[in-house]
Amino acid sequence: MERHVMVIMPHPDDETMACGGSIALHRQAGTPVTILCGTLGEMGRNMGNPFFANRETLPALREKELREACEILGTTDVRLMGLRDKTIEFLDPEWLSSRIRADIEAIRPSLVLTYHPLYSVHPDHMALGAAVVRAVAAMSPADRPAVHLRAFGTGSETLGKPDLVVDATPVIEVKMAAIAAHKSQTQGMFARMEAKAAEDPAFKEQMIKQRTIENYWIQKY
Amino acid sequence: MKPIQTATVQDALQAFVNRDVYLHIETTNGAYAAQNMQGQTPTMAVCAYVRNAVVRFTRATIAGNGPYRAGLQMDQGWIYAEGLTDWTLDEQGRLLMAGHDAEGRLAISLQLSLTPFHV
Repeated sequence: MERHVMVIMPHPDDETMACGGSIALHRQAGTPVTILCGTLGEMGRNMGNPFFANRETLPALREKELREACEILGTTDVRLMGLRDKTIEFLDPEWLSSRIRADIEAIRPSLVLTYHPLYSVHPDHMALGAAVVRAVAAMSPADRPAVHLRAFGTGSETLGKPDLVVDATPVIEVKMAAIAAHKSQTQGMFARMEAKAAEDPAFKEQMIKQRTIENYWIQKY
Repeated sequence: MKPIQTATVQDALQAFVNRDVYLHIETTNGAYAAQNMQGQTPTMAVCAYVRNAVVRFTRATIAGNGPYRAGLQMDQGWIYAEGLTDWTLDEQGRLLMAGHDAEGRLAISLQLSLTPFHV
């Protein structure tokens, strides 16, 4: 059992999509989980379907969705970094990793979950993941939390087998409810899923099954 | 936001002519456009945005039968957007225009304000 888990992700919904099952399982085991969210996903193109947000109302809505989703997963400890969507890779890397290091040192987690610095598709994912890896590398070995990286998308197959496979089957309903709580971002996805499921009943089951597996690669120092 | 009616939007645009205006303009096809996910055909992920450039234009026009186009004529250049479908004048007096696809996803936006947009 972990002492304290910290999930460091760039956009509201990343914590749920990437690590929702892991978060719910840690909470069920009684482990505190802190969510550190880099941006409010201000530049997301999903506005709900039919859309109910606009470019200027989206950030506050996504913050609310983030807090609701995390509460469903079992944690109310949600902290915001106040960065801006799509800009993380352009920030001073030194400044960013120092900032994250200070947060990690304040919270003292035994485990940090974040995105893989090379294979996680979105430039914000990779830039934040890289900053977390640098932040932990700069700590003295005795103080370092374990860092588990989520990888997916083009190129991730080159990593081979994951070091850890978390099976979220026992909490899959909780994870799916948390995904649905990110309404502005996932309403369209659920609509597409239902439409396809109407044609192919196996499809929905397959989509849910995909979400039960959370693969991690362990960062080595 | 509601569907664009050119006469109403034209009036709203007019209020920003010959003034220093904060501009937000963007276009995007989604951060995951290059990924082979959910059965979509991978393409290039393309996005551009400018937020809080101060501009001044002498003529502003909305055109088309929907989706609509907007052209803002400046002394030394142009601001152009195509694919606009919806608009609102928000409670802060900002003119927000956007183009949404059939699934409600934003593909383009053009926004004008007399005060800076939040960053």
